Amino acid sequence: MISAYLIHLLILIGIYFILAISLQLAVGFGGLLNLGHIAFYAIGAYISALLSLAGLPWWICFLLAGIGAMLFGFLLSLPTNKLKGDYLALATMGFTFVVYSAALNWTSLTRGPLGLPGIPKPSFHIPFINYNLSLTSNLSFFMLVFFISLLTYLFIIRIIKSSFGRVLEATRDDELATRVLGKNTFKIKTYALGISAFFAGVAGSLYAHYITFIDPSSFTLMQIIPVLSIVIIGGLASIRGTFIATIILILLPELLRFIGFPSSIIGPARQMLYALILLLILIYKPKGFYGKVELE
Amino acid sequence: MLKVQNLKKYFGGVKAVNDCNFEVQEKTITALIGPNGSGKTTVFNLISGILKTDDGKIIFDNKDITNLSPETISNIGISRLFQQSRLFNNLTVKENLLLAFDNEDTKFWKNFLGKNKITKEKLEKVREILKEIEMDGFLNKLARDLSYGQKRLIELARTILNPHKLLILDEPLAGVNPKLRKIIEKILLRLKKSGETILLIEHDMDFSFRVSDKIIVMDEGRVIAEGEPKEIKNNPKVLEAYLGD
Repeated sequence: MISAYLIHLLILIGIYFILAISLQLAVGFGGLLNLGHIAFYAIGAYISALLSLAGLPWWICFLLAGIGAMLFGFLLSLPTNKLKGDYLALATMGFTFVVYSAALNWTSLTRGPLGLPGIPKPSFHIPFINYNLSLTSNLSFFMLVFFISLLTYLFIIRIIKSSFGRVLEATRDDELATRVLGKNTFKIKTYALGISAFFAGVAGSLYAHYITFIDPSSFTLMQIIPVLSIVIIGGLASIRGTFIATIILILLPELLRFIGFPSSIIGPARQMLYALILLLILIYKPKGFYGKVELE
Repeated sequence: MLKVQNLKKYFGGVKAVNDCNFEVQEKTITALIGPNGSGKTTVFNLISGILKTDDGKIIFDNKDITNLSPETISNIGISRLFQQSRLFNNLTVKENLLLAFDNEDTKFWKNFLGKNKITKEKLEKVREILKEIEMDGFLNKLARDLSYGQKRLIELARTILNPHKLLILDEPLAGVNPKLRKIIEKILLRLKKSGETILLIEHDMDFSFRVSDKIIVMDEGRVIAEGEPKEIKNNPKVLEAYLGD
């Protein structure tokens, strides 16, 4: 029983780590205060759910979830290219509302508030030996999430260690100076947002196939708060900080369960806890645990 | 090499640049001087594409570069130093300078696949220029931790490393101490010797008259005088613009 609960938490940590590290790429390294991250997560979840309900194999749904979200990332970067800081945050926040409304009201596609039940668990058809590997147990699903988190981590580390990572950080520090050095910052920012969206979509797909049911209430603007808290508490432009903060922010609210609060209080208490941690961090450690970057 | 023709830029009712005409010859140092608010920096912003012109033309190397984007103009060959520090504060001195060389770093897949390594030649050039500005030991220091004068020097180095045919420097001496001024002067004269073309804005008259081949004087958005330093020194219009009647 306890081990099943632990595995559940580990899966959540994995999914949130993918969400947070990809948001870190946009916010911490690219300086793009993107509050539309949950919209990409939602797009990924819905694409994956709808396609797999239509009978497509899991891995195709999974990839298309990422690619679909990435395309929307590119799309979002077109109108928001010239926006910075708060203005960008507002515009991307608007994007979350748009996607949420579409999920809620486009009932012929998404069934609206009824949601999409019965999303199949991931399964692979292994050719040659003609065997169907189905990840129905939570332990096997955890292994999948772990593997994909690891790939995401390696992918993003690779980007930020490369010269592209430097030019992305330069764009964050001073976009005009980067342009005057001859760099097309629009292209750089579009890549950053697109890749960030890709992994958010991937996380959405994992979530949909794990819970096997999605509805619009999982993708409200409020959902950005834990993810953004992880990024800020861990520290901007710190991957290590993101990892540690993910574990802390997923596990800490779980303690509330053991205090014996009724479940109706746990939800709001969780939000209060996030707000409290965020406030304490901003007062005592404004750069987060491992943040090196100061944004002007 | 650079021709500015009938350039105009208005901010509401303020005629920041009003029918400005001048030319910069190849392999010379030209200084743009004039009282505060005479439109010098606005002209620089128009040349480097940061502001859009209201009217007029900017010709560089026989090409019309009017209203092109800052990155295009940089890639055509105009490298610019800003008046205030614009280093990438969270990057090191080395990283700041390495960004200047080329635009290969903006190619995502090339970098992701590890096909854009930092070459020895680039590192050698970075070391060389740091030596020239007497900041050898600062290679791995964060730009944020440098003093104002040091930031100016690194920024000048970055502007020089950025591939160019023309350097435009907005007040390279502003706020730096006499020792650093000497270093900057030495570098500018070395660049001129090696055949570079420089256009600069500078309030320090002694310096401008000493290093420049030609002085252009602006007042109220237009050129009121131009010529060799010794002609300008005794020009009554210039004295009036600077000292009032």
